[in-house]
Formats: sequence, C-alpha cells, structure tokens
Amino acid sequence: MTNLLSIVIWTPVLAGLLVLATGSDRNAALARGVALVGALLGFAVTIPLYLGFDPASAALQFVEFKLWIGAFRVAYYLGVDGISLWFVLLNSFITVFVVLAGWRSIKLRVAQYNAAFLIMSGLMNGIFCAQDGMLFYVFFEASLIPLYLIIGVWGGANRVYAALKFFIYTLFGSLPLLLALIYLYLQSGSFLMGEVPAGFEVLGRIVTWKMLPLSLTEQIWIFLAFLIAFAVKVPMFPVHTWLPDAHVEAPTGGSVVLAAIALKLGAYGFLRFSLPVTPDAAHELAWLVIALSLIAVIYIGLVALAQKDMKKLVAYSSIAHMGFVTLGFFLFSPLGMEGALVQMISHGFVSAAMFLCIGVLYDRLHTRQIDDFGGVVNVMPKFAAFFMLFAMANAALPATSGFVGEFMVILAAIQFNFWVAFGAATTLIVGAAYTLWMYKRVVFGVVANDKVAGLNDISAREFLILGLLALCVLGMGLYPAPFTDVMHVSVDELLRHVVQGKIPSVFPIPPLP
Amino acid sequence: MPSRAMPDSISMFFQGFDLAALNLTLAAPEIFLLVMSCVILLLDLMVKSPRRTVTFSLTQITLLGALLLTWLTRPGSLADLFAFNGMFINDRLAVFLKLLLYLVVLLTLAYSRRYLCERPEMCKGEYFVLALLATLGMSVMISANHFLPLYLGLEIMSLALYAMTAMQRDSAVATEAAMKYFVLGAMASGFLLYGMSMIYGATESLYLPEIGMRLSELHTYGFASADLVLALGVVFLVAAIGFKLGAAPFHMWLPDVYHGAPTAATLFIAAAPKLAGFALMLRLLVAALPEQQTDWQSMLMVLAMFSIMLGNLVALAQTNLKRMLAYSAISHMGFMLIGIASTQIQTFDEALASSLFYLISYVLMTLAAFGILLLFARGGFEADELAHYKGLNQRHPWFAAMMMIVMLSMAGIPFFVGFWAKFYVLKTAVHSGFLWLAIVAILFSVVGAFYYLRVIKYMYFDEPDAAAAARIDSGFWIKTLVSLNALGVAFLGLFPDVLLLLSRLSAISLLMMRQYY
Repeated sequence: MTNLLSIVIWTPVLAGLLVLATGSDRNAALARGVALVGALLGFAVTIPLYLGFDPASAALQFVEFKLWIGAFRVAYYLGVDGISLWFVLLNSFITVFVVLAGWRSIKLRVAQYNAAFLIMSGLMNGIFCAQDGMLFYVFFEASLIPLYLIIGVWGGANRVYAALKFFIYTLFGSLPLLLALIYLYLQSGSFLMGEVPAGFEVLGRIVTWKMLPLSLTEQIWIFLAFLIAFAVKVPMFPVHTWLPDAHVEAPTGGSVVLAAIALKLGAYGFLRFSLPVTPDAAHELAWLVIALSLIAVIYIGLVALAQKDMKKLVAYSSIAHMGFVTLGFFLFSPLGMEGALVQMISHGFVSAAMFLCIGVLYDRLHTRQIDDFGGVVNVMPKFAAFFMLFAMANAALPATSGFVGEFMVILAAIQFNFWVAFGAATTLIVGAAYTLWMYKRVVFGVVANDKVAGLNDISAREFLILGLLALCVLGMGLYPAPFTDVMHVSVDELLRHVVQGKIPSVFPIPPLP
Repeated sequence: MPSRAMPDSISMFFQGFDLAALNLTLAAPEIFLLVMSCVILLLDLMVKSPRRTVTFSLTQITLLGALLLTWLTRPGSLADLFAFNGMFINDRLAVFLKLLLYLVVLLTLAYSRRYLCERPEMCKGEYFVLALLATLGMSVMISANHFLPLYLGLEIMSLALYAMTAMQRDSAVATEAAMKYFVLGAMASGFLLYGMSMIYGATESLYLPEIGMRLSELHTYGFASADLVLALGVVFLVAAIGFKLGAAPFHMWLPDVYHGAPTAATLFIAAAPKLAGFALMLRLLVAALPEQQTDWQSMLMVLAMFSIMLGNLVALAQTNLKRMLAYSAISHMGFMLIGIASTQIQTFDEALASSLFYLISYVLMTLAAFGILLLFARGGFEADELAHYKGLNQRHPWFAAMMMIVMLSMAGIPFFVGFWAKFYVLKTAVHSGFLWLAIVAILFSVVGAFYYLRVIKYMYFDEPDAAAAARIDSGFWIKTLVSLNALGVAFLGLFPDVLLLLSRLSAISLLMMRQYY
C-alpha cells in the first residue's frame, strides 16, 4: 500500500475522535471497548510496516509526498528509515497498554481520557514519520496538547502546576527550533530535511537541509537552537526539572507515554536535525553534550537514590537513562549510536513497565511513597516476580534489554575516551543501587502495615500487560539482533554523513536565492 | 424668462458633473448600505415586537445584499477601479476586505441577537441601524483613495461605535466605557486630521497616490524644507493608526472599553473595525507614504514590540475574560504590525500578506471567542469572568472543546490557524533581517501561552461551582454557527493555502496600484 504511513498516523486519531463521540460516562464501557479496538487496530496497521521494510536499504521507505501548503512550500512528506521504524512500532504497541492500564482506574470522563491517548499516539507517529521540517514541528507542538490535558485533568493533587510547567517548558524549548527552521527554510527554499522525494530529483534545484552548505558559525547557532529544543524534551541536565513533576502528577497511562515515547522525541530530534543538518557543529560541540550526558548519568542517578516517591525515582532514573542515549549519539561511532537506539527502545519497554508496576500499587493503596510499603511479596507474589524482572532490567542486568544498550554505549565510550567510559559505567553501580534499594524497601521485608496486608495480587488483565512487557524485555535482552539489523544501514549512512561534515566538501548545487 | 432660467441654472450646476464618470456602480455596496439603513430606521418605527425580528432580519439581508453587490462589482479591468473621480478605489484589497467585513458583521450580529433581546434597553432598532452605519463607515475607509473619504469613513464608523457602546444607558460601566472611547477616539481623529493637514501642507494634495508621487519628486529634487513637517505628519498619522488598532502605547482605551461595553458591542468593536483600521494603515502608509518608509517602519516596530510585551504581560494578571481578551488583542495587533513593520524591498508583498493573514485569523478567532462568551451570557449574567468557565467541560464538553480550539489557536499552537499566522509574520521578520524582533515576539508568545492555557485549565481541570456558566439558551442555528466558526479556526489551520493565496493577491494588488501611478 502506498499510503501506509498515513493510515498509521490517522487511524489512532480517527479512533480517538470516535471514542470522543461515545459521549458521557454513561457509555464508559463502550468508550473503553472502542478505545481498545482502536489501539489494537492502530498497532495492527504498523505490522505491515515491519514486514514490508527492507533493512538493506538506507533510503526512506513507504514514502508519501504531497504539497500541503504551497505558499510556504510545506509538504506532507512521510517516510521511515531504520531509525524511525522502531519508534512507530513502539509507540503503537505502548498505546494498547495505556488503554488497558486505565481500564479500571480511570472512572471519570473515560471517553476523553482514551481519546486523548489515541490522538496523541497518532500525532507521535506523525513526528516519527515526518520528513518535512515544518510537518515535524507541527506534529511536535500539537502532541503537547493531549499530554497537557492528560496531566491536568486526570493527574494528582498538584496537577495544574505540573501540566502548565510541562507545557510552558516544552513550548519555550521548541520556539528556538521554530526560528532555526525558518532560517533553514529561507536559506534552502524548502522544508525538506533529508532526502529529495523520488520523482523530484529532476528539479535539481531543490536543496535539502542535509545537503545545504552552512558555515560553522551558522551551524553552531542552529545547533544551539536545536539543542535547546531537544534538550528540554529529552530532558537533559539543566532543563530536566519539569519531568519529575509531570511524572509524579500524571496518571499511570500519562507517565507511561511520557517515559516510553515522549522522551524519545527529543533524542530522535538529535538524529533527524542536529546530526544531519549541522554535522560540523555537532563535532565542535560534542564535548558539551557529552558533559551534560555524563552529569545526567552520574548526578541524576545520585538524585534518584534520594527519592522517597517511587514515581519520582523512576522519573529521575529515566533522565539518567536518557543521558546514555545522548552520550551514545555524540560518540560518533556505529556501536555507540546503535547502542543508544537500542537503549531508547529498551527504555520504552522498561520504563513503561516500571510505571505500570507502580500504577498497580497506586491503584490499590493510592500512595506512591516507598515508606508506605514493605513486604509486598508476601501478599502479591506474582506481582513481585514481574516487578523484580523490570527492576533488574532498569538496573541493566545482563539478559534483559536494559543491558544491551548500556553495554554497547560503554564499549563505544571506551574507544572514545577512558574517563568518559568510566563515568558512564558508574551507572551500573548507581542504577543498581537506587532500583534495587527501592525494590527491597517496597517488596521485601515484613508486611509493613494492615493496608499492605490486605492487597490482592494482580488480576488477569494486569498479568497480561506485565507478561507481554516481560516477554519484550527478555526477548530484546536475549536476542537483540532483529532490532539492530533493521537500523544498521541507516545508522551507517547517517554516521558517514556526520563524519564527512559539510564544510570541507565542494557543493555542486547552488542554494536557492 | 424665469421659466427658462431654472433649467439653465440646473444645467450649469451639473456642467462639470459627468454622472457616468463618477462610476457610481462601484460604490453600489456602500450606497445600498446607506439606503437600507435609512429604510430600516423608518420601518423600525412600525415594528412592535420587542424582539425586533423584522429589523434584525432586514439588517442581515442588507449585509447579505452588500456582500453580493461587492462580489458583483469586483474589478475586472482598470476602468472598474476608481469611482468619484478617483476618490474611491475598488481594488482587490478593497473587495477582499469588504467581503470579509460584511461577513464578520453578519456573524457578529447573529451571535449578539439573543444577548440584545435579553436586555430591553439594547434591543432597539437603533442598534442595528448603528451597526449598519458603522459598517458603511468601515466600508468607505477600506475603499478610500483620498484623505477626505478616509476621514469621513473613520468618523461615520467611530460615532456609530460610541453610540453602540453607550446603548445600555443605565449601566454606569458602559457609560464610562463609552465616554472613554469617545474622548480618546476623538483625540485620535484629531491626530489623524492634524497629520493629514501636515502632509497636505508638504505635498499640496489629498489624493493618496498623488501624495506618493509628489513625495518622490520632493525626494528627487531634495526639498529638505518639507522634511520636518512631513516627519511630524507621519508621527501623527502613525499615532492615530495606533489608536484605532489599539496598539501600545496608544492602547489605553481598549481594556476599559472591551470590559465596560456590553459583550455584543465588545464583539462588534473587537472584530470588524480592525479590518478597517488595517485598511487605514495600508492606504496611509503603504499607498501614500512609501517614501517615508524608514520613518514609519521604525515607529511601527516600536508599536509592535510594546504591544506584544505589554499585551502579553498584563493579560497574565486578568481575572475577567473580556479584559484578558482585550490585552490579548493588543498583543495580536503587535504581532500583526510585525509583518508591515519589517517591510523590505525583497519582502514587500510578503510583509503585507503576512499582516493581512494575521489580521484575518485574529478576527476569526475573536469572533469565535466572543461568540462562545455570548452563548453563555443570559439576562443578568454576563459570563465574562474566567471563573464562570470553571468545569465547563463537564457541563458543555462540545463548547469547551470549541473554546479550547480558539485559545490554542490564539496561543499559536499548530494545527490551528493562529500558528500559521504567527509563523508567517515571524518568517517575514527573519527574511527581512529583523531577527531580534522575531526573538522578542517569540519570547513573549511563550508568556502569552500561559494565560490562554489558564482558560483551558479553568474549563478542563477545575470542578464547576454555583457561579459557573450552566445553561445555553441560544437556538440550534446560532450554536451551529459558533461551532462552525471555531471549527473554521481548526480547518484553516489544516488547510491555510487558499487564505494565504488571497492575502498574497490582495497585497500584490495594493503594490500594483503604486506601480500604476
């Protein structure tokens, strides 16, 4: 099918609108049913994407190209390569769990809740498929709206503050991106990011941003604009403070999407914008990103150790894990970049699972404080087993998915510089410390109080959710080759471009006036 | 022979008066508006019903008729461009703005009908006649090619608007608002007149294109003696334009008038006159004073920057929705001015088009926002406090969603038309080399996002209380119309191409006119 990506993007959005149409909470059961069908359908349409994908080619696949806004030369230009394919799949996959996770715990405005997640899922797919800079930006910004509502309407006590902080922070970050996009557009005369779509090469005069010649000064300013936007979204060290608030206040589903998908948008932005468009500036300023990443890994890891709220702890651990991702990107080696990508996917599974586990406990006792728990294993043995597995994956135990990515990044770091690798490797200790210590305090020991004693073990629905995620975590940890195989060619192509840079080469194509 | 003298004197009177050369048909919409407003004024004496159904329907039919006539008289050739010996111009810009104007007034009156009916002192034939007269004034302004019709149109519009604000005679707030509006508006008119007389002094012409021509001669031959009076003239004109558009630092009247006026009148003032004010600016600055561009450009830039800063910062502190929208209007006018202010040779049509596009999207969003306000207003309940919108999502999820669309669009979040409007003016500013202006605008639009999001917070995150808006009394058609208006904001955000093209064409028509002279 030629318009498969459009189907992937718009199926969840339409399903979301359909869910909205079910109306008030009198039809809650219907809304849940429609939402689940929509989410499953949204996932089902991504499967032909995986089956039809040619891993041997670095070119964009499933390309769609239509002029959208002629006046600005904005195109509805979609395509996936080995890098973005996995995120589309992951996003659609996680959406199913989000709908399931809110099955019992969300009782108010069920239709709107599920609709918000479905629409967001579609918009996120749009971000990962967009090959036109403005289309990317439009999806990028629009995806803030559903998450703002999710945190604000179904969140905890301090939800208004968290929702506003989330929105304003990310909006502030993305406006420099807009300026950079405008600048690039005026320089190149188009919004095409990477490749000229097939059939348009004949025009010859089209310059994509990847090919646009830029001086080092220009590149550095553009790189910094990109950095602000994506660093807020990742989030990287000095601009990470919105994330713990957003995570703590968001409902379980919101936290899952935030950790599993929304954070990946920033990292994905580095791959789509910073590295291809400003490769020389990326080399020039790699030290900055590496330093910030190491701070995230070490300092934020220590901050996580001190948390009393389980969600906050996992939120900080997410920041630390994302530090690994940005570190991997800026080592400029295939191993590091693939490791970072694997880490992103793995973190999607593991953090989603961690938040779902915390959600299981929260649904029962309505608290997330570590001190309120203790001895959960005595009353919830099945749950404790799952939680154990995910905690181990979070601490990057070999044979879980968490290990693969971190190990690859550390190996790449050793090739780069011993001390960078040393800093990164401390996460193996710190990460294990905060995760396992939390696990010990919550699950082991004697039963802490009567409330814990009255807990019921997980239901069939919860068992299904956690079981599937456990399979993913183990599967990816034991046999990561399918993941890396798909991205291999695309990563090599990107790195070839980044290493070559823009400044020394001679460009045959003159820029548009 | 007195019997023969009479026809003679009449013929002498008409001697220099070729009726065909007046090209009256081009002004058919204006003439129709004038005639109909007199007819409606008389007919209304016969109307007994307190709901004024006949008057209202006739007013709307008049506007539809004007819409149709404007379409029929759209220019096909150069001969169709000028009427009244060149005082009246009917270029593409004029036609486009007038079509929009009649549509906007039509919607405005449709939205405010029930509000007016529930307040007996406002539901009078005069209100509709005044609305028509104000429309006539704006229409004349849009088509003016000469200082006199420009000023005439402005005064017809302003006087009608003062009266509409003051219609609620017993309300102290409304009277105060009307007084403020009148005093400051009169001052602005004075400024305008003063500026015009200075320009006339320097160029000895009242025709806008002729002024431009004289000025270029003056510049060519270097008559420096006229420079001071010209510069002063431009200052006064820009000040008057600032007043009429409500750009800081000439914005003082705006929050009080928006807040104090009855919501129906606020909507009228907020939407349509901005179109006329925009035409005033284009005709005065771009058509007549292109030679003084460096002067007015820097002034407009200051106005734009002040408006964006002040509008967005002060709006943060408002608890009244109408007042908040007033400050948001100031900031929107600032954004709109960025386009014109960053005119450069390479971006001329783009600059005008981006401002026009911004203006149209602003008018559309304002109409929708006040339309929703008017839906919830009842007799004795204005629904104008932010707190009235607490928990709206639980009572009226549909209209909460519509309001959310409008607020997000005003904040400039994508997939809504407000985003493309902001993008277009920012692109123009960057293209013209005014990166700093774009950065200031962007920083303050983040500030602005906060108060628009706060409206969403009230509607979605809070629980409704006893004071919150509860009931909608409006009929099905009005609800549909408001919904279509709000959905239009979303639709134009998805497919802005046609509107962009129309703005571009209108802008080009103004520039072609300059070439033509």
